[in-house]
Amino acid sequence: MTGSPLLEVENLRIDLDDGSRRVAAAEGISFRIDRGETFGLVGESGCGKSITALALIGLLRSPLSIGGGVIRFDGQEIQHLSAARQRQLRGNRIAMIFQEPMTALNPVSPVGRQIAEMFVLHKGKSWREANQLAVEALASVRVPAPERRVRDYPHQLSGGMRQRVMIAIALACGPDLLIADEPTTALDVTVQAEIIELMRNLCAERGTAILMISHDLGLVANVCRRVAVMYAGRIVEERGSADIFRAPSHPYTQGLVDSLPRLGSRAALGRSRLKEIAGVVPAITRFPDGCRFNPRCALATEICRTTAPQIDGLEAGDFVRCHHHA
Amino acid sequence: MKLRANLVIGGALFALAIIVGLLAPWLAHTDPVMDANLMNAEEPPSWTWWFGTDAQGRDIYSRVLYGARVSLTVGIVSQLINSVIGVALGLSAGYFGGWWDDVVNALTNLMLAIPSLIFALAIMAVLGPGLTSLLIALGLTNWSFTCRLARASALSLRSQGYVQAATVLGYGDVRIMITQLLPNMLGPIVVIGTLGMGSAVLSEAALSFLGLGVRPPFPSWGSMLSEAREQITTAPWLSIFPGLAIFLTVLGLNLLGDGLRDILDPQSRSRRT
Repeated sequence: MTGSPLLEVENLRIDLDDGSRRVAAAEGISFRIDRGETFGLVGESGCGKSITALALIGLLRSPLSIGGGVIRFDGQEIQHLSAARQRQLRGNRIAMIFQEPMTALNPVSPVGRQIAEMFVLHKGKSWREANQLAVEALASVRVPAPERRVRDYPHQLSGGMRQRVMIAIALACGPDLLIADEPTTALDVTVQAEIIELMRNLCAERGTAILMISHDLGLVANVCRRVAVMYAGRIVEERGSADIFRAPSHPYTQGLVDSLPRLGSRAALGRSRLKEIAGVVPAITRFPDGCRFNPRCALATEICRTTAPQIDGLEAGDFVRCHHHA
Repeated sequence: MKLRANLVIGGALFALAIIVGLLAPWLAHTDPVMDANLMNAEEPPSWTWWFGTDAQGRDIYSRVLYGARVSLTVGIVSQLINSVIGVALGLSAGYFGGWWDDVVNALTNLMLAIPSLIFALAIMAVLGPGLTSLLIALGLTNWSFTCRLARASALSLRSQGYVQAATVLGYGDVRIMITQLLPNMLGPIVVIGTLGMGSAVLSEAALSFLGLGVRPPFPSWGSMLSEAREQITTAPWLSIFPGLAIFLTVLGLNLLGDGLRDILDPQSRSRRT
């Protein structure tokens, strides 16, 4: 089982066609996820993490397209599969849940039917069996009175309940990989903790790997074993999640860690200002030469402005993309 | 409860029209075609002749009952054909976009540019008069509004989270269109459909008047109105009763459409319970 990784992304490039020319919205994306592993992809808005997820499930739409690289799922290259073959993977072996549980459910269809449809679609069950399985699926995400709840419409459920339903739909067919794109951003903090816990337990029980995409470094470090940090279309650092907090190597990661308020710290007590990273993420069409972080980086020197840093291996598969890391 | 008043009244009027049409042989006092008797010509409404008689002495009440059959068949069937064509074209055009959308748009514009009655006339001229060709002619010429509506709905629904979620979950295109898009656009489509039924009843009248629809002496509401046109000052009951029948049916269809829209919206469905 541990031999080949579940998902292997090698040097993936995503092009944006703005009519006159093609620019790379993301490039040099490489990472691997083992079976049952939880992997985090972190970065601020517009850094390319969501389009990376869309590329994985073959749903990039014009003007975005895969410009190069390899996506290997369970030993099979999937980036050039036919639409029909990709569809068989989606929902069945790779599932995804979204940020907005409010809009991700069909408002005119009872939730039980929406869960049952997955069994009909991917497992060839009859509607009768599928409806029974839907009740079990709702029970497994700990929705109370599932046999009554299956007949509810999405607007009758709270945000947390809807996200539970989404998880039930996503995990219905026992996928190998669950992509969670900001799964809790729209929920309040207590519900957020419950949902994350639920998702983690269910996936651990079934051996489902999670790719968690978030801008919340704290959340990701909590949930995931390994974390990759993206900035302006590139992965700048990838490490075990404990190390990334303890000893961030890339100046951007350091900035992110420093900008987290911590309980009991001077900043949290209001005695000093929370640190911030100056500036904003550059637009895709105006990425700077050299290291893309250089305009915002305190350590930037001449080489940072001219030459893009290559990947520097650290121990145990970790790496960082910086001229200055120690 | 207030929400259901329009549904009940509209449904009742529409149901009444259908029942009247179905039971016409039992409810009618006389045969609508054969029982002409010049001795009774142009009698005003009375206990004997509830709705009066026409210039040939035929009982208007009986003719209105039988007329319901033609008018409702034409209204319902031709609008169903229109709705199916309009939804199929509009939904797929909005969902797929690209060259197919261009083709459907061009077709829709063509239909909108030619007055549909003229187009229906041309089709009738080819097919010849009669009920079947009436259904075909009206069924092929009034789908452009439904098509526009379905396309616009599909365009806006396509970007909804649940449609994208369905794509991510491995739904095929046809399944997405049928399970995700269609139920969410059904409300306005049904409302437009019931309005269309009303206008189909009127188009039938126009075509019958031109001698291309149901041919006299067999009655339909539209042809009865047309025949009554010249006597509108001397024998107003000839126009009033078929006119009233059309009015009540179209009103009923509109109320019904409104009511259906309310129950097709799941938010109002749960508000009611």
